[in-house]
Amino acid sequence: MSKQNQRKAYGEALVKLGEVNKNVVVLDADLSKSTMGCLFEAAFPERYFEMGIKEQDMMSTAAGLACSGKIAFANSFAVFATGRPFDQIRQTISIGRLNVKICGSSAGFSDFGDGSTHQSVEDMAIMNTIPGMVVLTPADANETKAAVMAAAEHQGPVYIRLCRNDVLDVTPEDKPFEIGKLNVIREGSDAVIFSMGTMVERALEAADELEKEGISTEVINVATLKPFDYEGAAALCEGKKAAVVAEEASFIGGLTGAVATALRKSSVPMDYVAVEDSFGQSAQSAEELMDLYGLTAENIVSKVKALI
Amino acid sequence: MDDKKRKDIKILATKIRRDVVEMIGPDGHVGHLGGSCSSADIVAVLFEKHMRYDAKNPKWEGRDKLVFSKGHACIAQYAALCEKGYFGREELPKLKTLGAMLQGHPDRNKTPGIEANTGSLGQGLSICNGMGMSAKIDGLDTRVYCILGDGELAEGQVWEAAMTSVVYKLDNVTAIVDANGLQATGPVKDRFNLYPIEEKWKGFGWNVITIDGHDIDEIDKAFEEAAATKGVPTVIIAKTVKGKGVSFAENVVGFHNGALTGEQYQMACEELDERLKEEEAL
Repeated sequence: MSKQNQRKAYGEALVKLGEVNKNVVVLDADLSKSTMGCLFEAAFPERYFEMGIKEQDMMSTAAGLACSGKIAFANSFAVFATGRPFDQIRQTISIGRLNVKICGSSAGFSDFGDGSTHQSVEDMAIMNTIPGMVVLTPADANETKAAVMAAAEHQGPVYIRLCRNDVLDVTPEDKPFEIGKLNVIREGSDAVIFSMGTMVERALEAADELEKEGISTEVINVATLKPFDYEGAAALCEGKKAAVVAEEASFIGGLTGAVATALRKSSVPMDYVAVEDSFGQSAQSAEELMDLYGLTAENIVSKVKALI
Repeated sequence: MDDKKRKDIKILATKIRRDVVEMIGPDGHVGHLGGSCSSADIVAVLFEKHMRYDAKNPKWEGRDKLVFSKGHACIAQYAALCEKGYFGREELPKLKTLGAMLQGHPDRNKTPGIEANTGSLGQGLSICNGMGMSAKIDGLDTRVYCILGDGELAEGQVWEAAMTSVVYKLDNVTAIVDANGLQATGPVKDRFNLYPIEEKWKGFGWNVITIDGHDIDEIDKAFEEAAATKGVPTVIIAKTVKGKGVSFAENVVGFHNGALTGEQYQMACEELDERLKEEEAL
């Protein structure tokens, strides 16, 4: 399996979308070379808007474009795409159920060098709390492309969370993205791991390890945090001895909470591998931070074993 | 403007104020009387003379658009929409009741003729810019009107949007500052003195027109100048009186979002009904 970049895939998908749908417009706030909105700018300059370094104005402008029938993709780093313009996203985009697709790029610890100000541990929780917001966390470049197409098809606001760095291909090319579907990407009978984004590859690695120790482990790629299939998640846990969540985000407000809610009437024990209630810090690589905050395959393995 | 048109505008403005009073009603429910009445003449000129719209087809592609960035005063827009036949009068007394079409702040999914959800101040001009950009992409000559409060200008996003309008040469966007001089807790100059206003807009590159916001001819001329001004957006600083037209409420902070006593309701209705009779007799 090879590694590809989600941001590049995102930019390319926007261009592809722009070719088939003239209503697609893209906005950036001086980060287009990072979000890769620059690819759309080069292809369709008349439908691209550099908004300057002002995310609030960008979101409300995207709302206005959507009010007029456009499908507006507004991009920034995950921290700046969710926290700073929260009110604009809530008031006009979400209450108005507008076709604004927000891309939170360089999410989680993937902007390792820039430190806590640029590392989003709470972006998914922020978006998750907004009624009606669809929250997508594609696991790799292939799924990113499919998620962009699905987001454009969906009527209403969507948040797409992307990693800054190259990630392993864990999903097939050209597989359509089904919003709300829990994707079983490895079957197993003893334990189940609910993973998303960058943690999917670590969950697969953990499942391989567990297999060696005789623990058959299922891996779910939860590419949609919301709408979350609570009943489906509970059903996937039936007959299993353990459920572990793996997410590159705070354990508060994200996948950990969703799975706990799904299992509220279940006797299957659960645990999580996620960021505790803490901010990040600067490092030389994302791996260093993933290790420091315990977001590792080893940790998933030990959590599963402790429950069984 | 001919006398007939001027008469029609004045009548609509009075009807808007009368409907505002009707929506707030005599039963102790609070409503934003002051800021709605200060905007009433501007709204009347837009609906009677400048805006193109089709009440029977609210989503008509060729329509012009009005967004109350000061969303709390949208009852003036509700009144105009009702008078122009977007919905029936039976909706007016249901304002802000459970399941009502008319919400406390504008909701595009509930009320025909409402273009965007506003309510958190400072965001409307950005939304209007998006609409202006969309019209330019589509080659439509749509005009977009944004009504802001003067107190609202403290919101930083207004100035972010003011830059965007100029950078993208959105001459199809017109901002109107309903400068009634009062915000929720008192006079703007005492609570948070953000004056001078004109110089700020000029500094951001806008074409600035200052008018008496209750003079029908001045309002009309300002909109004509805005439409004729190419390459830059126009802002109309409309000097207004909060609560205008309801004598006991004029310039009284308490009517920013206050209730009417039964007696006040009666007085307001009588005053406005009387004026309407005079205007219709002219």
